[in-house]
Amino acid sequence: MAAVATCGTGAGSTGSMVAAGSKNNVTSFQRRGPRASGSDSSYSRLVSIAGTRPSVRNGQLLVSTGLPALDQLLGGGLAVGTVLLIEEDKYNIYSSLLFKYFLAEGIINGHTLLVASAKEDPADILQELPAPLLDDNVKKDFDEDACNHKTAESNIKMKIAWRYQLLPKMEAGPVSSSRFGHYYDVSKKMPQELIEASKWHGFFFPEKSSSTLNIEPCSLTHGYIKLLQFIQNIIYEEGFDGSNPQKKQKNILRIGIQNLGSPLWGDDLCCTENGNSRSLTKFLYVLRGLLRTSLSACMITMPTHLIQNKAIISRVTNLSDTVVGLESFIGSERETNPLYKDYHGLIHIRQIPRLNNLIYDVSDVKDLAFKLKRKLFTIERLHLPPDLSDTVSRSSKQDLAEPSKLLGPGCGVMAGGKKHLDF
Amino acid sequence: MFPELNNLLNTTPDRAEQGKLTLLCDANTDGSFLVHHFLSFYLKANCKVCFVALIQSFSHYNIVGQKLGVSLTVARECGQLVFLEGLKSSVDVFFRAQAEPHPLQFLRSVSLQPSPEVHAWEANAENLQPLYEFVREALKPVDDGEAAWRCPVLLVDDLSVLLSLGMGAVAVLDFIHYCRATVCWERKGNIVALVHDSGDTEDEENNILLNGLSHQSHLILRAEGLATGFCRDVHGQLRILWRTPSQPTTQRDWSLTYQYKIQDKSVSFFAKGMSPAVL
Repeated sequence: MAAVATCGTGAGSTGSMVAAGSKNNVTSFQRRGPRASGSDSSYSRLVSIAGTRPSVRNGQLLVSTGLPALDQLLGGGLAVGTVLLIEEDKYNIYSSLLFKYFLAEGIINGHTLLVASAKEDPADILQELPAPLLDDNVKKDFDEDACNHKTAESNIKMKIAWRYQLLPKMEAGPVSSSRFGHYYDVSKKMPQELIEASKWHGFFFPEKSSSTLNIEPCSLTHGYIKLLQFIQNIIYEEGFDGSNPQKKQKNILRIGIQNLGSPLWGDDLCCTENGNSRSLTKFLYVLRGLLRTSLSACMITMPTHLIQNKAIISRVTNLSDTVVGLESFIGSERETNPLYKDYHGLIHIRQIPRLNNLIYDVSDVKDLAFKLKRKLFTIERLHLPPDLSDTVSRSSKQDLAEPSKLLGPGCGVMAGGKKHLDF
Repeated sequence: MFPELNNLLNTTPDRAEQGKLTLLCDANTDGSFLVHHFLSFYLKANCKVCFVALIQSFSHYNIVGQKLGVSLTVARECGQLVFLEGLKSSVDVFFRAQAEPHPLQFLRSVSLQPSPEVHAWEANAENLQPLYEFVREALKPVDDGEAAWRCPVLLVDDLSVLLSLGMGAVAVLDFIHYCRATVCWERKGNIVALVHDSGDTEDEENNILLNGLSHQSHLILRAEGLATGFCRDVHGQLRILWRTPSQPTTQRDWSLTYQYKIQDKSVSFFAKGMSPAVL
């Protein structure tokens, strides 16, 4: 939840901020809505941050991850003030794509970006972002795609796997440009003017590291210390933690850290079994402390398949809020397995946080697979459970054969029809 | 405070026991609902609570506490609750290099790089003494003669994070030992601590910590995920184990197992296999 602190717009706000005393009321996790303290002017200010929306469950402020399918699985989006950890797939293909979606979403919404990488220059990363699909192009392109699919497959109704016909997709097609969550075309690059209009800060580790080998304070790897100081600097200077009361318009800081924990950051966690195991966990803890006290959201990709010491992975999971693991089929024996032939990989939602609540939004579907098409990154359920309805007889199938409401024109393959399906 | 859990544990806020160490443990699931239970339980029992919250922010506990019927802001203002917010303090400790002591000052500790012959990073020789001093100061009995609060309680959420922050398992065990001597024995209070059980991943330090604490505690509440996997109606299984660590009697440890489902404002418990969704 964005801050209730009375900094920002309003004539009397500076006075009341001073009167409020402590500066610690800028956490992300304060409930929105009618409050006894009567800070109702913050209501409109919270909603007015572009690209955010409150969660339906607990009023938490959410931002989109750039992938509407993933937003839905995470309960609406990524909560402001939390860390999303992506466990990379083996060749870092899809995780870097998710990273780019996250940054592109930030540019479209006008958020400030902070890109940290030890492998690529952040300026280069920003040049490679996918182009957004905006309203006027969308319907035309999707109709094109749909036509292509329909002519080929309009006569193919599911005969044997009829239950898959009724399966709702994880998200609807992009028929309208919503303010929350956009779709991207991977084959095109983001227009240059959008990138230049955006505000971003880059942290490229080889440039920032000094060559002196001093004693490391706090037992943190040198790279992590520098990164933490950089992040804290940006948060403080640009007022994301509410420390700068002159800021008029509140904005979200999107932090993207690529390949954290890899040897390029100077961490030997992936190289040896007994590496400096505390460095990464301490970094994550302090980072989370920074995020909780500011209006920012962070996505980290981490090559967990390289980490030798498995205990570290469980510690890292406990220290992160949301953890999503990607497993791509490239190079594995599953690539030729007919079961997986339509998909590019599996996606595992390993952890979802319970924020301000005892319960959380967890989807019932645990085996999810993803598929990357040019304009759409879909996440679908891989297996259906057995049909345990009482009467599995043919007469009941008339009810089941109605089209699912979520199928939009963009869904291509499984267009439902009203016809009764025969075996 | 979950009334059903109170029934299972056979306690009420009026008759809370004293001098006990309760260990909360979770394996393959999230046991934080137990922390919320004990926090609201002891606040309702009119005890002075020192809460070392290392994992979540104050407003998180506050909002859940309001659902359970206690207000942490009110408790903090009137002095019943002393709250150490780990996440927020860690930022202050880490970035502002001050010389004054702070309970979490081990975050700034200096450790030298190992010499080439030593391959393993050794846990630094720091200990949790500043944190212990903080707890002792917070739970000091009030001197004005009139006992305002019933008994002091230390609540820690959670201890496994201290291992991730660079403490050795022995340092954490020492800290709990000192706290137990002060809070449980000297001042007849209680301690409740949460430790994650890493399960089959071989986290040796965590296992040392968990085994050491299990041996010392009077009551162990262990929240486990179901062995058969995820279920929408049954969120997990709670194993309650009563122990008598100090008395070498022939009385055997007594344990009960229940399954539970977490709802918005409460948790419902039922015997194994007796979930309302199944019956």
